[in-house]
Amino acid sequence: MSASPPPPAESKLPAAAAAPASAALNVDAALSLLRQSGHEPPAGPVGSAAWLQNLIDALCELSSRDALTGLANRRHFEMVLAREIDRVARAGEPALLLLLDLDHFKGVNDNHGHAAGDLVLKAVAEALLECVRPMDTVARIGGEEFAIVLPNCPPAFGPTVAERVRTRVERRPVTIGLTEKISVTVSVGGAFAPQWVRSSVRLWLERADLQLYNAKTSGRNRAVFEPAAVSLVTAEEKGLLFGTSYSEHDDDQESRDGPA
Amino acid sequence: MSDTTALRTQRARITAVTSGKGGVGKTFVSSNLAAALARRGERVLVLDADLGLANLDVVLNLYPKITLHDVFTGKHRLEDAIVPVAGGFSVLLAGSGMVEYSRLTPEVRDQLLQTIEAVTPQFDRVLLDTGAGISDVVLYTVSLAHDVLVVTTPEPTAMTDAYATIKVLATTQARRALQLVVNQVLKPGEGRTIRGQLQLVIDRYVSPGLDAPVKLDFLGELPVDPAVREAVQRRQLLLELYPGSPAAQAMIALAARVAQ
Repeated sequence: MSASPPPPAESKLPAAAAAPASAALNVDAALSLLRQSGHEPPAGPVGSAAWLQNLIDALCELSSRDALTGLANRRHFEMVLAREIDRVARAGEPALLLLLDLDHFKGVNDNHGHAAGDLVLKAVAEALLECVRPMDTVARIGGEEFAIVLPNCPPAFGPTVAERVRTRVERRPVTIGLTEKISVTVSVGGAFAPQWVRSSVRLWLERADLQLYNAKTSGRNRAVFEPAAVSLVTAEEKGLLFGTSYSEHDDDQESRDGPA
Repeated sequence: MSDTTALRTQRARITAVTSGKGGVGKTFVSSNLAAALARRGERVLVLDADLGLANLDVVLNLYPKITLHDVFTGKHRLEDAIVPVAGGFSVLLAGSGMVEYSRLTPEVRDQLLQTIEAVTPQFDRVLLDTGAGISDVVLYTVSLAHDVLVVTTPEPTAMTDAYATIKVLATTQARRALQLVVNQVLKPGEGRTIRGQLQLVIDRYVSPGLDAPVKLDFLGELPVDPAVREAVQRRQLLLELYPGSPAAQAMIALAARVAQ
């Protein structure tokens, strides 16, 4: 898309149809953006309020999409996330955020070229869309990073959804060139929004990202979830809190210190 | 929580008093701290936010005709439920009919939020006396506060629950600064030692992975004092009954630090 030529200055607004304000507007760039991205020109009489509204709607739509995959882009994704935080705080319905990162994607680009990389990204985007409900938002938020926001997703279903996504990507080799197929895998990190509590976009992302990191470091091609929100205090934490030394000789120490 | 500076001159500073474990003197601290702050000239309201098991009325020997329950059910206006008490502050009591509110339904949340929003312009400080534990009601109540004051005792179970509370608040509400009061200390300096111990565990197990370290401010300690027992049994404020007692003096010092 970066190679497209500058738009020809051909659109003319009929002065009679245009409202005084819109007559002065220069919409050429907007119209050529739409044309370039494959959108229909805005419906309605050219220059009318309805036409302008359609143009604005189409531009909004365009600015919320990822150009390559057609998924929601990062901007739209963060808006959805913020809206979801509001909803979870108000209604308490559990919402899940999945962060996904393709494994060894640099290798795809290096070995097969960036065009192949783009094909892989598109195929993964399709696979992700096949795994979710219409109410869920699938976004491409970075080079090979994707995210899925799942409103009203009970905690028990989280791992099921993540596993479905992971296997779908794994079992869907991407054909590049004429015959060559490449398989990719994805690592997934999941975190639920804390119910009733107003979180923040940054915090929720951070929590899911930590789990994605855990999925990566524990071997990739897997889904890892944040442990239950109300975390209990571990033995190590208690040990430190009360000054007990929790070494590997724990039992010895306990028996030695016990009677004292 | 630095976003409230502009509002502070007009609206109350909201401080949640919470503990994790029950029976550490949360309500004792809330009510006597309110009295000590009132002596400093603050207009203070204690809101009994322990919706399931409210006991501020028991502690203060009040037999309220109108409670938050009546406000929530629409029987009475909020203004009529705000009761001035002997300590020079006001209380808003949950009332014993609140058991049905111990679960956080959207209605309860909205009502609690509306209540707090309605009272803040009339006071300099609102103390939210939360329930015990780390339930959704407690977490929600705390999320409404600017500051969180965690009450513990030197007892290991109380310290463990205080730590669990701090951990959950840090990870789910992005709390990076909390305040600690240690009740029932046997020897001077014990409170500071306990703070140090909690901070040590926080530094090791909570702060790593967060965007900023979690700091536990030591607000003060309250000594074991027979006067407290006497005041509690007679269901009166310590600051009214034995203002010269060591615990009352410590409470006054605590109020000075809170007011800073």
